[in-house]
Amino acid sequence: MTATANLATRLESVLGAHRVVAAEPELREYAIDGMVPGAIVRPASAQEAAEVARFAITEKLAIVASGSRSKLDLGMPPARYDLALDMTGLHEIAHFDPGDLTLSVDAGMPLRQLARMLAEKGQFLPLAVPCCETSTVAGALASGIDSTLRKQYGTPRDFLIGAEFVDGKGALCKSGGRVVKNVTGYDLHKLLIGSLGTLALITRLNFRTFTLPQAHGGQVACFSNLEGASAYRDAIEKSGLPLANLETLSPEMVAQTAAVLRETSAEFAGRLDPAKWCVYASFEGNEAVVPRIARDLQKLANEAAAAGSEILDAASDAHLGGILREAFDWLRWASPAVALFRIALPQSNPGDLANLLRVAQDSSLRAALLVRAAGIVHFTLFVESENESALHALENAAARVFSLAGAGHGHATLLHAPSKLKSRVNVWGPNRADLGMMRHVKHSFDPRNIFAPGRFVGGI
Amino acid sequence: MPASLLRELNSLLGPSNVLHKIEDLVLYEYDGSVEKARPDLVVFPHTTEDVSRILKLATKYNVPIVGRGSGTGLSGGALARGGGTMIVFARMNRILELDLENARAVVQPGVVNLDITRAVEHAGLYFAPDPSSQKSCTIGGNVAENAGGPHTLAYGVTVNHVTALELVLPDGEIVRVGSKHGDTPGYDLCGLFVGSEGTLALVTEITVKLTRKAEAVKTLLAIFDAVDDASNTVAEITARGITPAACEMVDGWTLCAIEDYIHAGFPRDSAAILLVEVEGLREAVEAQAAAVEDVCRTHHAREVRIARDDRERDLLWKGRKNAFGALGRLAPSNYVLDGVIPRSKLPQALQQIQSIGKKYGFSIGNIFHAGDGNLHPIVLYDPRDPQQFENAIAASREIIRYCVELGGALTGEHGVGMEKNELMPLLFSDADFDLMRRVHDAFNPDSSLNPGKIFPLSKGCGEIRVRKQAETLPAHV
Repeated sequence: MTATANLATRLESVLGAHRVVAAEPELREYAIDGMVPGAIVRPASAQEAAEVARFAITEKLAIVASGSRSKLDLGMPPARYDLALDMTGLHEIAHFDPGDLTLSVDAGMPLRQLARMLAEKGQFLPLAVPCCETSTVAGALASGIDSTLRKQYGTPRDFLIGAEFVDGKGALCKSGGRVVKNVTGYDLHKLLIGSLGTLALITRLNFRTFTLPQAHGGQVACFSNLEGASAYRDAIEKSGLPLANLETLSPEMVAQTAAVLRETSAEFAGRLDPAKWCVYASFEGNEAVVPRIARDLQKLANEAAAAGSEILDAASDAHLGGILREAFDWLRWASPAVALFRIALPQSNPGDLANLLRVAQDSSLRAALLVRAAGIVHFTLFVESENESALHALENAAARVFSLAGAGHGHATLLHAPSKLKSRVNVWGPNRADLGMMRHVKHSFDPRNIFAPGRFVGGI
Repeated sequence: MPASLLRELNSLLGPSNVLHKIEDLVLYEYDGSVEKARPDLVVFPHTTEDVSRILKLATKYNVPIVGRGSGTGLSGGALARGGGTMIVFARMNRILELDLENARAVVQPGVVNLDITRAVEHAGLYFAPDPSSQKSCTIGGNVAENAGGPHTLAYGVTVNHVTALELVLPDGEIVRVGSKHGDTPGYDLCGLFVGSEGTLALVTEITVKLTRKAEAVKTLLAIFDAVDDASNTVAEITARGITPAACEMVDGWTLCAIEDYIHAGFPRDSAAILLVEVEGLREAVEAQAAAVEDVCRTHHAREVRIARDDRERDLLWKGRKNAFGALGRLAPSNYVLDGVIPRSKLPQALQQIQSIGKKYGFSIGNIFHAGDGNLHPIVLYDPRDPQQFENAIAASREIIRYCVELGGALTGEHGVGMEKNELMPLLFSDADFDLMRRVHDAFNPDSSLNPGKIFPLSKGCGEIRVRKQAETLPAHV
């Protein structure tokens, strides 16, 4: 009997055969950067997840929890990967009080299904994240991936009100609660956001929900250069107009977006000029607010001497907004090898952005720039193969991007990179001075280091 | 308290920054809560390095340390429950940087909440968290307690407005977490430290987000003849998905006390009023105000007034924010509670509070953040009567227990402190405490920072440092 079969047999004795899979083809579906787990476990309850954690402690095994596995390429490959814990078996609504706008939902609930259920009550959760057709609620939260509604609704830190989880001692724990305002005890649930499964096994999440807006619309304004687009964006920010989303697309990004758009609407794709910088604004509100914002934006675009500007109706806005929400997903497969950086800067000024484009030019790499809302920049470099010279170029480019971000008082991480590049570059960028404190937190939650070891910042 | 510690602190900070006489120390033995505990020493640092050196000395002499802003807290968070040295941040009160382009301010912990807004309002910006004590409470205290306020309904509590912190750990190490942007790779340490009630580290610098003032604001005053009608109105405003910037409720009895004090034009014969503020684009404000008015009238509001100008609006808010002071005229002391419930349960919660008041023979006023279910029942009592004090504590615990039964929480914005630490098991299991204690011990292993807070004394974390005589003594005795 092989070691893998042994492991599966021992697990089956804990949870039953129907919860454990050790067949090679399925194991491969859970691979992270080429690393394949020894077994897959599919708990159906928080108690079963805790059983798995206790089993892992006893057997000194490493667990990587996942939902739909749509974003397993985030982070570093795990240092050890014995068990893949598939959390999709936990998928119930534990509590929904539409009158209080609060929700408690199991970790593996698909976001799409949740959205349909909330929409029946005229509500929604502002987690507009990529891979939304498949993503689970806890996967979206633990990945830390950006929501395109961040500008209006904030990050999960602003609407996650509590959590239940299994800690690294195999105990069921909770933090926060089900009320919208609560300062009882340490806010441990906030630590789970973007933790990539390194602290605990999330079993349930509590959120405040929001009312669906009556109407929404969008605008696309085009400019002949980066400076024009940036000046327009500044004018929008200074106007105080409440926007749901605001994104600037470089000409290459416009071309890539148009290519995706063409699959569903050639006519709409034809209206995007791939020779221009485009600013996309999305807005929502009541039937009086939406046309008011549209009018104000058109006026601002005229004052900014836009080469063209167009108001999008609700359907077109949803169409383009949806494609941009999914940008992380399709950009990473838009070329045989892709390095996709996420850069957080106090302000995205044209100088910083030009410097990023210069990195690409100097390395003769094709690049797309997507300046997202709230000071987040997605900078994508495309190469045509994973040969040595391409990897070398990406490695050098990564060093410069990390350095540029640091010089701008920001920070860069690699959201996606070829596996071979990850053996040369730490996707989290240079270590920060607070790494020691993060290690304290990790050790408090997971003293035996059983959760996704090595996947996170500084080798956590 | 070792005499050599006093000598070393005098040498480090100068005698004008060190208090050690009883007549000085008694000023620091209370805050806004009903608790009381006297520090052995009070020191006033001017710099982060001062704080670091003080902590190193405290470690050397093995004395507890408690941080304090202006002492307006309502849960005993800034009281020296274990004695020791109190670090008062009143003299670290400089605004270090205003970055208006990025809507950020970098401030020292002793800066008064409202002073941040005053420094940036010329640019159309303000600091959103607005506790009733915002004219005197400090941002450091706000961070420690994760303070709220009326307008947190729409804009969130303090943690939603903090992007970076400079901290001093118990061993004197100075560390920074977060960033001006607010988005850094790794765990959300800012999110952990804000609201940790000074039990993990001392905060010496804070980077806060500034919010742009809305284009339009409307403040509505809805007057009701029945408390149930007012609370049903709040529940329906929430259920309809209307999100006002603020939605405050005051019962008629409290309102009379406020009117006598502030003369804001509140009616003297109502059962309750709602103060509802909507803001945003003009078109949104018009629609929201109309919707709020419609809900009020559906629930039998006797009258709905809209503030005609800033003066009227300011007067209404002055009445709301000075309510606790107004109640001080009615009884020797009052005990302001802080509990949270699901907003859909508001009508039954208010009925239960009145029943509990009757049971214990108290008049209980209600003035609270109705829009987010954050109750502030106010028990008026005479602390010179030990039985009344005991009854006030018993009534408050019964009310908080009821909040938890309804699916709520122990505190919405005042913090746990030493007021509710023994009630924590109502919400948390042994496993929850075990994890919280591990996090606590990772940063504050000897419980030298603010011992006896948050955790029930039976659940560890510094109980050996708590002085028995400091317990349950009313501040106003």
